[in-house]
Amino acid sequence: MGRQDSARAFCVCRVARGLPFWNDVCGSNAPLHHTLKIVLNGSPEEVVDALAVDELIEGLALAPEQVAVEVNGELVTRAERAGVQLSEGDAVELVTLVGGG
Amino acid sequence: MTDPMTDPTHDAPLILGEHTLSSRLLVGTGKYASFEETAQALEVSGTDCVTVAVRRVNLDASKGPSLLEFIDRDRYVILPNTAGCFDVKSAVRTCVLSRDLLGTKLVKLEVLGDKTTLLPDPVGTLEATEELVNQGFDVMVYCSDDPRMCYRLAELGATAVMPAGSPIGSGQGVLNPNAIRIILELVDACPIIVDAGVGKASDVCAAFELGVEGVLLNSAIALANDPLRMAAAMRFAASAGRQTYLAGPIPKRLYANASSPTEGMIAGTGLPAEAGVS
Repeated sequence: MGRQDSARAFCVCRVARGLPFWNDVCGSNAPLHHTLKIVLNGSPEEVVDALAVDELIEGLALAPEQVAVEVNGELVTRAERAGVQLSEGDAVELVTLVGGG
Repeated sequence: MTDPMTDPTHDAPLILGEHTLSSRLLVGTGKYASFEETAQALEVSGTDCVTVAVRRVNLDASKGPSLLEFIDRDRYVILPNTAGCFDVKSAVRTCVLSRDLLGTKLVKLEVLGDKTTLLPDPVGTLEATEELVNQGFDVMVYCSDDPRMCYRLAELGATAVMPAGSPIGSGQGVLNPNAIRIILELVDACPIIVDAGVGKASDVCAAFELGVEGVLLNSAIALANDPLRMAAAMRFAASAGRQTYLAGPIPKRLYANASSPTEGMIAGTGLPAEAGVS
């Protein structure tokens, strides 16, 4: 089952954090069946299959303009986020700006 | 800018790439007690340019607000740094991320050598500067106060060369003012900004008196007992030092030089030998 029909999908990893999630693919609150293992900021996570980078950011409730994204060490620009889908084993870095000198 | 004819303290702006700054104090945003305090200190310092670091997003559900919600991007130029990078690749990668995040090409490059001294690695700093300039970045480079190194960085096309006055966060001030003087004579391709090491207002003032174009500081304000008061002190010090430099101080001399007339002394005053006793 692909999820191309889905308008939105949230990370399964939100379940582990006790956050609300829902799933357009299955239409239920059951855990998603079709998942990928990725490494997100150094931690193993599961996300729905073929999740796009912009959907990952939305699913984590992050402000898109306050983050930058790398997948496997390569920048995914803001313009590219919607077109880049995650694959099994991808290493994703989500960064933002913090206090510093 | 003020009218040179009516304002005796008029000054040219500090140009950093595409940005034009009135204040010559650049202020970091690390180590404050809160984001509210950060924002207040920036305001009090009068700075136009603030540094930030690039780090992983905190994915905890309990995460608080972002620093970015406390910094008005219409008010301040944001200068992302590569603090914590110990090699060229990491530093360049960090700059690529910050450029995408902010949409601006101004970066503060740090390629550090080790965690104890936080001194810049000279070879890595040179290589990263060259790479970033080639990639179209406006690179402000943290470096040591070695005049030849500063010259080489400027030659590579750095937007600003930023020698450390003393180690980062050490509060020791400008330890080698003669090195800074030589740097100022050698490098005319870009502004020289003292980055790191200042602790007190007198350190900032002394740096500006040497003729540097700017001073970048963070810990001196953020870790003071009263950061807001220190932010004000640094603002005044930057102004005092810069105005001193522009005004042109008198040369030092060994002996006194009377400010009052030595002619027309009243009879019986002055040294006995000169008092005209007859």
